Amino acid sequence: MSIRERLSGNEAVANAMRQINPDVVAAFPITPSTEIPQYFSTFVNNGQVTTEFVPVESEHSAMSACIGAAAAGARVMTATSANGLSLMWEMLYIASSLRLPIVMSCVNRAVSGPINIHNDHSDSMGARDSGWIQLYGETNQEAYDNAIMACKIAERTGLPVMNCYDGFITSHSIENIELEEDDKVKAFVGEYKPAHYLLNKAEPIAVGPLDLQPYLFEHKFQQAQAMREAKDVILEVSKEFSAMTGREYGLIEEYKMEDAEIAIVVLNSTAGTAKYTIDRLREQGVKAGLIKPRVFRPFPYAEIAEALKNVKAVAILDKCDSTNGAGGPLYTEVTSALYGAGITSVKAVNYVYGVGGRDVRTDDIEKVYRDLQLDVANGIQGTPYRYLGLKG
Amino acid sequence: MDNLIEIRWHGRGGQGAKTASLLLADAAFNTGKYIQGFPEYGPERMGAPITAYNRISDKPITIHSNIYEPDFVVVVDDTLLGAVDVTAGLKEDGAIVINSTKSPDELRGLLNGYKGKVCTIDAKTISIDCLGKYFPNTPMLAAIVKVSGIMEDEAFLNDMVESFKHKFAKKPEVIDGNMEAIRRSLNEVKGL
Amino acid sequence: MTNINAKSTWQELTPGGTICEAANSEQFHTGDWRSRKPCFISDKCKQCGLCVPTCPDSAIPVDENGNRGDFNYDFCKGCGVCAKACPFGAITME
Repeated sequence: MSIRERLSGNEAVANAMRQINPDVVAAFPITPSTEIPQYFSTFVNNGQVTTEFVPVESEHSAMSACIGAAAAGARVMTATSANGLSLMWEMLYIASSLRLPIVMSCVNRAVSGPINIHNDHSDSMGARDSGWIQLYGETNQEAYDNAIMACKIAERTGLPVMNCYDGFITSHSIENIELEEDDKVKAFVGEYKPAHYLLNKAEPIAVGPLDLQPYLFEHKFQQAQAMREAKDVILEVSKEFSAMTGREYGLIEEYKMEDAEIAIVVLNSTAGTAKYTIDRLREQGVKAGLIKPRVFRPFPYAEIAEALKNVKAVAILDKCDSTNGAGGPLYTEVTSALYGAGITSVKAVNYVYGVGGRDVRTDDIEKVYRDLQLDVANGIQGTPYRYLGLKG
Repeated sequence: MDNLIEIRWHGRGGQGAKTASLLLADAAFNTGKYIQGFPEYGPERMGAPITAYNRISDKPITIHSNIYEPDFVVVVDDTLLGAVDVTAGLKEDGAIVINSTKSPDELRGLLNGYKGKVCTIDAKTISIDCLGKYFPNTPMLAAIVKVSGIMEDEAFLNDMVESFKHKFAKKPEVIDGNMEAIRRSLNEVKGL
Repeated sequence: MTNINAKSTWQELTPGGTICEAANSEQFHTGDWRSRKPCFISDKCKQCGLCVPTCPDSAIPVDENGNRGDFNYDFCKGCGVCAKACPFGAITME
């Protein structure tokens, strides 16, 4: 039986980590992810876990310690946000290229500057091509569930996983949640048995050798191939998770898309606000729908194209700008998905929204659907690269 | 009333408005509701105005924005009146609950023409009488439960005694004082 | 261990390039890096053994009696440290 609880997103993720009882957690505090190592260090102190907790002096060291521990054969978890992720940059690529299944909760926050502690997606989106699987969660429930599934996904694919969810909105809000029992979570993740690891005295190995022109290209292809195959692994692990909890997860979530004529594609907590808005619009006869990608890396191109093929217009919402002079990262991917599938009938526009924690109201989401109705009626007037809630 | 109840808290950093909003979420959760409790984080300074929010519903809550048209507003410190637009967006069929020694009629003039129900509670006197110190949290929590009717007095009292037993396991001597503060607050809200 | 070389395909390489076999440096002949070559003059050698530990490539073989033999040119990179270490002029660099 699941346990009915009310927890913040960070409390929920820290509890998932307690239940998993990883071998090593190395972390450095940064708002809004600080509570994860804070709660977790309490679990360590209370003897509720047997984890070696490494309180390092920077995020670069946090990821370095995670890499060393994972290479040694440990199951490893950490957490960070924003500039903390930036400081890990160099090591993110080392972790993924060494194929170490590290699980990191990335509590999304604007990367400074100007300095800001609130939610947007500029941190994890900046790291989207670092070779990490990226899961995105709408609620504290999804952050908790993804943290548990991330362990298995990472270990089966040999790729590190980022568990992304919105800073403050999800990380610090108390909401209802269904927790699983400790023994069930432990049984679900099982024991981690790496194929090769440094502390295996029966097989001395060398990790991270020089990889020059004859080799690096092939190793990068291996990573890309693992990322392609990760789609099936994610679905397989999600199916196993659903068998335990009854909670279903795919690569994308569709909300009222069966007959939708206009749709929004958006990540994380804003999807919930959009669902609320869709219900109101549907009462007025507006055929509005939503697609929430749960997985951004690997990107579900085929699934999104399939889900969008019958709509007349779609707005892709990005909680950060690519500052490429055009659209945000989600927009670029979704329009690529449509183009790749040969779909040219769908009008696609981009909204950059919520940057630096700018609150997104139901009115804002309704405006997007109203704009889409006009785009359907009159064609896209002016630029498809739009900003939602920007002053001026 | 719509199934979804939205509440906005105004306080000053250090007074426990955030904690009170979380206590309310807890109490509603324990009666089987779906809840949200979240503060609006800003620079964390003692005395600076802060805002916290609650959503309470019989159904799952998906909306994840701040609250702009609350059903109820709680003001933990009446010196905020005039400094902060506490009635902004407040529904006319809702109510505002203010921690003050003054009466509702004396305060109505400071509420930007708000026409709905104005309630007051003297949390300071109750707190000092019952707890010996000024902790506005518990009285304000009881006052909003009373004014909003989120739950019956009896269910609320039963839940709070359990919650205090857990929270104050190491200092049970304060449980009686807190329960007395709640009972008095439920009865001493003015303007109902 | 599979023979990994410059022609190996992505399917043949180990994930992350991890080398799963110890002591594989034997398979890597560094002798062709050499521009100067040490010559062993056995007549002058007193078998004092000072040269052996100075070699970074273990290219000075030692037999079961503790006596050194001629250089293993598969691995000797020609650094010349052994020649400097020899007190008897039994190693010359050419």
